[in-house]
Amino acid sequence: MSGRPIATTRSASGMPTGLLAVWWVIVSEIVIFGGLLGSYIMYRLAHDAWTAEAAHTNTWIGAFNTLVLLSSSLAAVLAHRAAEAGDGRKAHHLLWWTFAGGVTFLCVKAVEWSIEIRAGYTLASNTFWSFYYTAAGLHALHVLAGIIIIAIVARSAIRNLELHRVELIGVYWHFVDVVWIFLFPLLYIAK
Amino acid sequence: MAEAVPITHDEHEGHAGHTGIRSWLFSTDHKVIAMQYMFTGMAMALVGGFFAYVFRTQIAFPGMSVPGYGMVGPNEYNALVTNHGAIMIFWVAMPVLIAAFGNFLIPLMLGCDDMVFPRINRLSYQIFLLSAVVLLTSFFVEGGAFGGAWTIYPPLSAKAEYNLTGPGSTIFVLAIALEFVAFLLGGINFVTTAMNSRAPGMKLYDMPMVVWMIVIASILFMASVGPLIAGAVMLLFDQNLGTAFFDPDRGGDPVLWQHLFWFFGHPEVYVVLLPAIGITADVITVFARKKLFAYRTVLYTVIATGVLSFTVWAHHQFISGVDPRMAHVFTVTTLLISIPIAEMMFVFIATLYGGSITLSTPMLWALSFIATFLIGGVTGIFLGASGEDIYMHDTYFVLAHFHYTFYPIAIVGTFAGLTYWFPKMFGRMMDDRLGKVHFWLSIIPFNMIFLPLFVLGLAGQQRRIYDYTLFPDLDLPWMWALRQLATISLWVMLGAQLIFLYNFFKSLVSGEKAGKNPWKANTLEWTTESPPPHGNWSELPTVYRGPYEYSVEGRDEDYWPQNEPA
Amino acid sequence: MSEEHHINYVKVWAWLVGLLCVSVAGPMFEIKVVTLITAFGIAGVKAYMVAKNFMHINIAPRFVAYMVTTGLVFMLLFFAGAAPDVMEPKGENWFKPGWHEVDIQGAEKELEEGIFFKDQVDH
Repeated sequence: MSGRPIATTRSASGMPTGLLAVWWVIVSEIVIFGGLLGSYIMYRLAHDAWTAEAAHTNTWIGAFNTLVLLSSSLAAVLAHRAAEAGDGRKAHHLLWWTFAGGVTFLCVKAVEWSIEIRAGYTLASNTFWSFYYTAAGLHALHVLAGIIIIAIVARSAIRNLELHRVELIGVYWHFVDVVWIFLFPLLYIAK
Repeated sequence: MAEAVPITHDEHEGHAGHTGIRSWLFSTDHKVIAMQYMFTGMAMALVGGFFAYVFRTQIAFPGMSVPGYGMVGPNEYNALVTNHGAIMIFWVAMPVLIAAFGNFLIPLMLGCDDMVFPRINRLSYQIFLLSAVVLLTSFFVEGGAFGGAWTIYPPLSAKAEYNLTGPGSTIFVLAIALEFVAFLLGGINFVTTAMNSRAPGMKLYDMPMVVWMIVIASILFMASVGPLIAGAVMLLFDQNLGTAFFDPDRGGDPVLWQHLFWFFGHPEVYVVLLPAIGITADVITVFARKKLFAYRTVLYTVIATGVLSFTVWAHHQFISGVDPRMAHVFTVTTLLISIPIAEMMFVFIATLYGGSITLSTPMLWALSFIATFLIGGVTGIFLGASGEDIYMHDTYFVLAHFHYTFYPIAIVGTFAGLTYWFPKMFGRMMDDRLGKVHFWLSIIPFNMIFLPLFVLGLAGQQRRIYDYTLFPDLDLPWMWALRQLATISLWVMLGAQLIFLYNFFKSLVSGEKAGKNPWKANTLEWTTESPPPHGNWSELPTVYRGPYEYSVEGRDEDYWPQNEPA
Repeated sequence: MSEEHHINYVKVWAWLVGLLCVSVAGPMFEIKVVTLITAFGIAGVKAYMVAKNFMHINIAPRFVAYMVTTGLVFMLLFFAGAAPDVMEPKGENWFKPGWHEVDIQGAEKELEEGIFFKDQVDH
């Protein structure tokens, strides 16, 4: 609790400051992804020919990645429950499972993209692929940021420090999961 | 229930381990960060103002070498106007009105010791400073600064073979993107602090208007900038990675960029307007010794304006070939939004009515905000009607309209706030006589710059042209007279700012020492030292009433501080 | 802050995975409406389930739900305002080269020949 202003400890809205801030972050992220995905949907609906391009995304890899993220979200919420009960050790353990899920997701994506790039589907080959890499890339950046923060929170958690942060990173991580829940049908199923 | 929590130095980081200049550079104290934003913003205002001097001198006296700059060619002219616009909006209005005033005032007015996330606050300034530096580097790269207008429309902005400023265009977009990140971080701080950290006893409706306004502005910003961030990424990719998001040759659509830009661009003007309205409200109540008329109505009106501001954006696109049916919709919403703003004007007038008015320097600025913004708002109605806009779009009528809104917001509003809060920020009074000279020498020339531009616009003078001798219809003696009148007035106005700078620094050093509450105001910032110490109070205040209890019946004093027990 | 709520998180996860399987199976019926429902309808349901059960949005103060909903509504607003322009490939006297088929050579040819009006196109 060193160096924290009294301002941070107040809670006139009924919600702890950190959690309130995370929700505001989520709102601003909703409009970022919303703008990008809205633009994609506009183009996609108007370009029938993109169906031909979209057929080349690998639905099974996409589905596997969805499974990975869903599972890592499960780990994150279980970590939150452990943190609430004051069990820093268990929270730490579960957060590392969450981390592992994020890393798996990124590795699978790296492999998937290298296959696609070698097949000639690059960022600039067609506007469908431009959106594909931009949207999934922006999402992957958020996954990367998330796993870094998860690692930091996990390291404090094992010493039973800053346990409230487990919930905070959890909420962010679930949001990242929700974005993928929409990206998956948009990029992989709608063919 | 009072929260008498003594604050010891150990509980405060920011200075921990750092001394001297490093403690200032890495300080997390909201007041220090506020000053950093303020001074960066004002420095950028000098840059933007210099650009205006150069390009206005070129317009009024084409072909003449501009003293202090040199010859202005067509591409340079475009770069100057582009960067003038971007700088004034993103690196002057926003940092000064939102980040500087917000950072300084919010914790003080809410009775707490700092923002809720001081280190993120620090980070947001560092990113902001970086964005300013990045923008300025665009002038020194090959090809020079971007010249395709602050609205960065593709394909001009996307293709280096069109804009001739390959690296400059990318840097321009990057600088804006960085600035957005800085303000997203800052905004989260402001909103969370206001929602959570109010003094005991301070309900939401007891917050001063300026705090509400900055908070609502931050929310508007956060909710509107997302699509443009997405768009900026897409544009950067188009510029550098060969994608075709906005390239019509390859299945892209430039109009999508316009929508992404203006969906943010319109709420953005309300983002900067709201703090200016808040400052005006707080200044006029103090100098009329009168309660703000209809506080809750003002609040709901502003919230309604904020929501409505998301429904008007395509009025910037009436002639870009948008669907005419949508033009009908956007005309209606645009005209509708003038109603709550008009209501604000009436509220201000009602607040002043019957008040005991002192025409101090801050009050002069606040009153002139009302008068000049009124002109700006009213002229917007002409432009909001799509039929009229077909003629007026891209003429100087638009330019005069938005300067009659932006200048009151960014310059008049800022000076109202600065002259009012200077004693609190620096512990000294500004010279009121010099302040008034500065005021008149700014406001009269301001009107003489832009009123002629309405006339020129109606006569058909289009924007973004570096030399009107090339257009026989616009190469008329009476037009040149007006152009020169406007430019000479600009020179006078810019020169008058030296008076302000002199007053500012002189007062810092030898101004009369201000006590805690030289203006006899109610809000919490006036209950602590001037300038406030680290941690703001040794004992955090408790609040018992709203911020506008002036001239209350039955009291000796004509003001009633929020923290005075009943 | 949150109370002890007796949600079985693993059960929620199992439902989510089940729904995922359905959404993958949907396209195999090759009926467009079915695919749309299984893909996007299920996405909506899954998102709601994550928000409710994992993010505990229903336990948080009401304003959180309003904040999130407002963000979503603004996105719909943006779509509604921009789509009539962006999704329209042709108008009374114009069309967007390259929109009626993703054919870069074809689009370039049209531009070279200065074909901007639909009368000129002999498709």
